[in-house]
Amino acid sequence: MTMQLTHSVSLTPPADKARARASAAAAGIRTEPKLVRIAVITLAVLFLTVFVVLPLVVVFAQAFSKGIAAYLAALSEPEAQSAIRLTLLVAAISVGLNLLFGVIAAWAIAKFEFNGKTFLISLIDLPFSVSPVISGLVFVLLFGAQGYWGAWLREHDIQILFAVPGIVLATTFVTFPFVARALIPLMQEQGTQEEEAAISLGASGLQTFFRVTLPNIKWGVLYGVLLCNARAMGEFGAVSVVSGHIRGETNTMPLFVEILYNEYQFVAAFGIASLLAMLALVTLVIKAILERHLDEGQP
Amino acid sequence: MGLTLTWLSVIVLIPLAGLFLRTLELSPEQFWSILSSRRTLNALRISFGLAFAAACVNLVMGTIIVWALVRYRFPGRRLFDAIVDVPFALPTAVAGVALTALFAEKGWLGAPLAELGVKVAFTPIGIFVAMVFIGIPFVVRTVQPVLLDLDPEIEEAAACLGANRWHTIVRVILPSLTPALLTGLALAFARAVGEYGSVIFIAGNLPNVSEIAPLLIVIRLSEFRYADATAIAVVMLVVSFVIIFAVNRLQRWARSRIPAD
Amino acid sequence: MIRRILPAVAGLLYAGAGFAADVSLLNVSYDPTRELYAEFNKAFAGAYQKESGKRIEIKQSHGGSGSQARSVIDGLQADVVTLALAYDIDAIAARGLLATDWQKRLSENASPYTSTIVFLVRKGNPKTIKDWDDLIKPGVAVITPNPKTSGGARWNYLAAWGFAQKKFGSADKAKQFVSDLYQHVPVLDTGARGATVTFVERGVGDVLLAWENEAFLAQREFGKDKFEIVAPPQSILAEPPLAVVDKVVDKKGTRAVAEAYLKYWYTKEGQEIAARNSYRPRDPEIAKKHENSFAKVELFTIDDAFGGWSKAQREHFSDGGVFDQIYKN
Repeated sequence: MTMQLTHSVSLTPPADKARARASAAAAGIRTEPKLVRIAVITLAVLFLTVFVVLPLVVVFAQAFSKGIAAYLAALSEPEAQSAIRLTLLVAAISVGLNLLFGVIAAWAIAKFEFNGKTFLISLIDLPFSVSPVISGLVFVLLFGAQGYWGAWLREHDIQILFAVPGIVLATTFVTFPFVARALIPLMQEQGTQEEEAAISLGASGLQTFFRVTLPNIKWGVLYGVLLCNARAMGEFGAVSVVSGHIRGETNTMPLFVEILYNEYQFVAAFGIASLLAMLALVTLVIKAILERHLDEGQP
Repeated sequence: MGLTLTWLSVIVLIPLAGLFLRTLELSPEQFWSILSSRRTLNALRISFGLAFAAACVNLVMGTIIVWALVRYRFPGRRLFDAIVDVPFALPTAVAGVALTALFAEKGWLGAPLAELGVKVAFTPIGIFVAMVFIGIPFVVRTVQPVLLDLDPEIEEAAACLGANRWHTIVRVILPSLTPALLTGLALAFARAVGEYGSVIFIAGNLPNVSEIAPLLIVIRLSEFRYADATAIAVVMLVVSFVIIFAVNRLQRWARSRIPAD
Repeated sequence: MIRRILPAVAGLLYAGAGFAADVSLLNVSYDPTRELYAEFNKAFAGAYQKESGKRIEIKQSHGGSGSQARSVIDGLQADVVTLALAYDIDAIAARGLLATDWQKRLSENASPYTSTIVFLVRKGNPKTIKDWDDLIKPGVAVITPNPKTSGGARWNYLAAWGFAQKKFGSADKAKQFVSDLYQHVPVLDTGARGATVTFVERGVGDVLLAWENEAFLAQREFGKDKFEIVAPPQSILAEPPLAVVDKVVDKKGTRAVAEAYLKYWYTKEGQEIAARNSYRPRDPEIAKKHENSFAKVELFTIDDAFGGWSKAQREHFSDGGVFDQIYKN
């Protein structure tokens, strides 16, 4: 297998773990003195505990600091409910769009050879490393009343900025690379032989795609969708710039966390935050399951 | 192919082109005077400087974590392996309020640190902490698969030839990890430079001291100084693209260096 | 994934149908009015339903007054704007979104409640801050938001200027005083609430220049054992105005209810709500009832001291204005 460096983190599942276990258990030559081992493990565990475990624990501790009744009350506020609904809606639309595009883009990039591939891949990756604030800013420049298309939009009575479409656009931009990035290496590895075989046996292009390509990549698709969804639901910076912060209408969950925090409603702020944290944890569990499937699927 | 380019254009290219067009409306002198103003320079310095420091910490700690996860067995290893991804999956605003609560003067970690005279929250150290947090998965997840795939025979050969363990690691293993380490470093850096959500809660947001560049963009935008906002944004955007492009080249280089089996 | 999302979307549509109100208004307001409008909206919705039988839903958006005005100019569909100062609504009017004589459409300068600027200091007032000139004593750090984005910040600035003009007798000296004052400001947040958070939570600064109501709120939330309110002997009469955004209400057909909403402020109930939230009511009777809740401060108006908002805005806060000259960065 060609060395498959994952480009963006977690966008490509790690390689076969079974092989790793075997190699790690190899001869004693390949290990360090006990003292060094203990020091390295302690350092790693300590670092992860301070930087990852404690912040997670703090979210739940704060959320439940006034008891479970206060927690549930905070979550059942109409504005909280509407933030949750909006977040689900926006994530559903942008994940759907990026799913469609991601599969097509990965197909085009993996199965065909053309000049400027690195450049194209870099463009697809760009939203991944652009500051979320800039991702929001570009849409203000386009759709704001002072922006390039602002006057036209106002004339035709179309509201994009400070409304759901703007939030969806910003979210779609930010989550743009996820599905494509998860699929490109997978499809490159699989090559084109199976498709060629199907076509030579008389299958149409669409048939080939649905009967041959899709089953091969289905776990990768789910993997990309999962990460795309996690980012879509959690996006803050980009959405914050385009939202207008209308309560009960254009506040997503992460924005609502900030508002509650600034209103000194810490239990409510951490309550919403705890929902998002749970989403993150569920995402990681599903991710672990998908990675097992992906590993099995590998030759 | 056409569809790919169309969709890419609609969602990514046209909006970014808008950003550049806006900047072109500025004269070079205006552009320069915005970028060379003290506050802008400081914000860029803070964002880039702290992001680089955080990425370096992530490089070292990430390598140690990968080593522990791949090479050693200890209780809870699989759990710790899984939680490496938490900073990636956790919404940034949640990370922001959580880190602030943790490191504020009355927080679990902030209180003991305050006794030692170290203030983390609302200082540049707070920004650094948030950037370290969000960068953790990058080095780990880029290096992990490479270390897993490393051919055991190389190490064994080195050992047989009489190299001691330290030499083997420094001379044999680290060089094979270098492309992955650099990729991880670059990705962690790129992410930290642009980070907004988790930083603004814990940063003091003092101009020239603890104000990051993305926050300055937001401030300029709400001051209606679009020119300032776009000028800063363009600089950051170009840097992001250069990093990402370099990373992609790095991968090609890595792939060509290691022959396919 | 699809199986996970579909019920969510279905639920969303269903819930949306269930909660729909008959009328809906968007009130774009400034930062510290969050609690005020939470209470006022509930009261108005009750009164409106009793009178018309219709259910009304009022949505809020809060932020720095200047940035909120800019959002409205940028296309935020506000039925009513309830901002920190008249100039911000003038700016919206200048873009043709509402009539330029908007301030004459309601009595009391379209400001049914008023406020002033006071000092919030840490317990025991360790830097002994009593009056405006104490703010520029060596070692005093002052927290005030950014006058370019925040309405409260502009009132703060003008209050300081008005004080200095009276005390030192010339515009040059006033400029020197205000310039010195901003040398003591380590951070300019975009809104008044951000500044409050900086002061009370981040522990930055010795004194917060704050809306009177915001100072009371911070004290209520965090306890009198942590913060004290110091009322300077004189300060500015802050008049946060309200207006219906003509273009929006005419398009949405919400003019009648939007006007009724704003007029509700002038009722006894409205005035009571203002007083309860530490805004100074205009109604003499209600004001008398609550007079002990507010410090006695000699108040000067923007018209007296600065010749009105547009003049003050042009001189002090426009690009290249006095504020830009004294706060270069």
